[in-house]
Amino acid sequence: MLLDRRPILLTNARIVDPSRDMDFLGDLLIADGVIREAKKGIGAGGVPEGTEIIDCRGKTVAPGLIDMRAFIGEPGAGHRETLASASQAAAAGGVTTIICQPDTSPAIDDPATVDFVLRRARDTAIVHVHPMAALTKGLDGKEMTEIGLLKAAGAVAFTDGAKSVTNAQVMRRALTYARDFDALIVHHTEDPDLIGDGVMNEGEYAARLGLLGIPKTAETVLLERDIRLVALSQGRYHAASITCGESIDELRRAKEAGLNVTASVSINHITLNENDIGPYRTFFKLAPPLRGEDDRKLLVEALAQGLIDVVMSDHNPQDVEVKRLPFAEAAAGAIGLETMLVAGLRLVHSGEIELVTLLRAMSTRPAELLGLPGGSLRPGAVADVVVIDLDTPWVLDPDGLKSKCKNTPFDEARLTGRVARTIVGGRTVYEYV
Amino acid sequence: MNIAQKSSFVLNKKHLLGIDGLSRAEIYGLLDLAEEFVELNRQIEKKRTSLRGRTQINMFFEVSTRTQASFELAGKRLGADVMNMSTSSSSMRKGETLIDTAITLNAMHPDILVVRHQSSGAVELLASKLDCSVINAGDGAHEHPTQALLDALTIRRNKGTLEGLLVVICGDILHSRVARSNIMLLNTVGARVRVIAPSTLLPPGIEHFGVEVAHDMREGLAGADIVMMLRLQRERMHGSYIPSLSEYFHFWGLDEKKLSYAKPDALVMHPGPMNRGVEIDSIVADGAQSVIREQVEMGVAVRMAVLEALSRNLPNA
Repeated sequence: MLLDRRPILLTNARIVDPSRDMDFLGDLLIADGVIREAKKGIGAGGVPEGTEIIDCRGKTVAPGLIDMRAFIGEPGAGHRETLASASQAAAAGGVTTIICQPDTSPAIDDPATVDFVLRRARDTAIVHVHPMAALTKGLDGKEMTEIGLLKAAGAVAFTDGAKSVTNAQVMRRALTYARDFDALIVHHTEDPDLIGDGVMNEGEYAARLGLLGIPKTAETVLLERDIRLVALSQGRYHAASITCGESIDELRRAKEAGLNVTASVSINHITLNENDIGPYRTFFKLAPPLRGEDDRKLLVEALAQGLIDVVMSDHNPQDVEVKRLPFAEAAAGAIGLETMLVAGLRLVHSGEIELVTLLRAMSTRPAELLGLPGGSLRPGAVADVVVIDLDTPWVLDPDGLKSKCKNTPFDEARLTGRVARTIVGGRTVYEYV
Repeated sequence: MNIAQKSSFVLNKKHLLGIDGLSRAEIYGLLDLAEEFVELNRQIEKKRTSLRGRTQINMFFEVSTRTQASFELAGKRLGADVMNMSTSSSSMRKGETLIDTAITLNAMHPDILVVRHQSSGAVELLASKLDCSVINAGDGAHEHPTQALLDALTIRRNKGTLEGLLVVICGDILHSRVARSNIMLLNTVGARVRVIAPSTLLPPGIEHFGVEVAHDMREGLAGADIVMMLRLQRERMHGSYIPSLSEYFHFWGLDEKKLSYAKPDALVMHPGPMNRGVEIDSIVADGAQSVIREQVEMGVAVRMAVLEALSRNLPNA
């Protein structure tokens, strides 16, 4: 343990700090769990005795990622994922903070359960874990939870996870009440009635596969409603997972009107499209569903412009029993903690987005929205750091994944770039050898 | 009569429907008159004869203990014949409309009708159909003028004045007629008013009422001379305005710690009935700074003053 807390000097690295919009070659010194310096030529001479010196020539150093949306099975479904296994996957993916969702059993809807998750994470996880608490009791969309007490217990935001609050009065009151605590409300915008029995994006492709579609309107009707409620209540609102150009238009209008509205997109929706479903591959069955290539392009463009604030993994472990089923009957969801960064690098290599922009959406912006430390390499910031080897090509073998479930859409995918080292609070928790 | 009557104040109005429309002079006239009745009520001989021959009907469409009892006592001490009608025994239960009830009552030639109703504006509607004087004993979330007057009397007797005091009203402002009447009265006499509540329990537009708005008790109670707690009106809460009573008490319930944010000599008030452990802790409700019981005493005196001042303006008076 003592050895682990040695100071670390990362030398000759490309240092990318989205919080200061910096991208330069230099060294980064870590001691006592915080970043001491990040500049050119600290060198071995200028560091405390016993410092571990790591040559990062050809590698990139960035703030550790903060994954704003991960579904973890603890409490209640530890066979799918525990906080421990999720944290191992996170560390391997360069994620130093997991924001877990309240869709557990029991749901994270009271201060005692928040406390349980935090203690359990402290005892078993190797990265930081912060829970979002339920917005409504039992995630049933009717009565708001104890937002004040939950926030005091450590909940970083309020959401019904993968469920939508269809009652506009409930949403209005929650937004209004949460404002007094400066609490962020995160909402999955998919109208369950418009989803109906739909299982993939509505359109020609669904029609050819003979599958029932989910219209984009299922997303936009709730998003538009929410934005109007934000205007009425002046609350703080984050759209959990947007998937289409129409939602981007709503988001743009809300931001231009000065409303406190932000949004996330999942890594899947900016790197994949509905055609990837191919012959009914259930690992590509997601909620909300993958859309067409036009929408994917619009999402990447909005991300590049900073209109979309956050890229999250939407990590959702599902075991074989619920995935090896006919498409319509299979569970939705894909794991992503371990692959979020490397999948995102595809967009960097193809020139669709700059590295600093991608990293900002995966670290700096989530930290700002949730009021968390991290997301920065500024001296004094918590030493949550990822070292990335941007150029190594490799093929993803699902058996090598740390997650308990292997439902990855990047199964056998060719990838370029991987995580070389992950440092949490100044300690190396993952190293690729 | 043991105490010679000093105040000859006459309220030049037919009805008392609200604080809205009362001048500063009228408010002080009523308070001064009430002071005399406070003295009278502390004597063994509490009777006056100024309302002898008059008929006062108390009509409470909504349950009440203190307000109804206090109007009844007030009327009786002034010599009126007082009749109580409650909805549980009236024809309203059989489906009679408010206006038909008014017409029926009118035929009995009452002089004064004291009305409480669960709907805002219902008392005004009745008043427009009746020949007698009407006193509003609380209508919906609109007005409760005698409560505001008795609160003002309690404050003035303890602090010597109303002017320049910081009165902080906390809790369920949205559903509160007490808050609305108090805000108007206190503004009229030159007190500063601040309200504290979760945003869901504040009526949108409250910032135009001449009040400061706070959501946090620590911030909101700073410098308070008077801490007026309101009852959380659970019976009016259709849907969830707050997540739970325990969260409400944690953030907005008045306990010793939160009271310490106010001035050390701040008074604690509550219109009653109290939900102990919801909006107010028993230690504070029964503590040295509490004037909650005194408010009830002032209630009878203020209602006598209102009855007296209105009756002086009745025909044949």
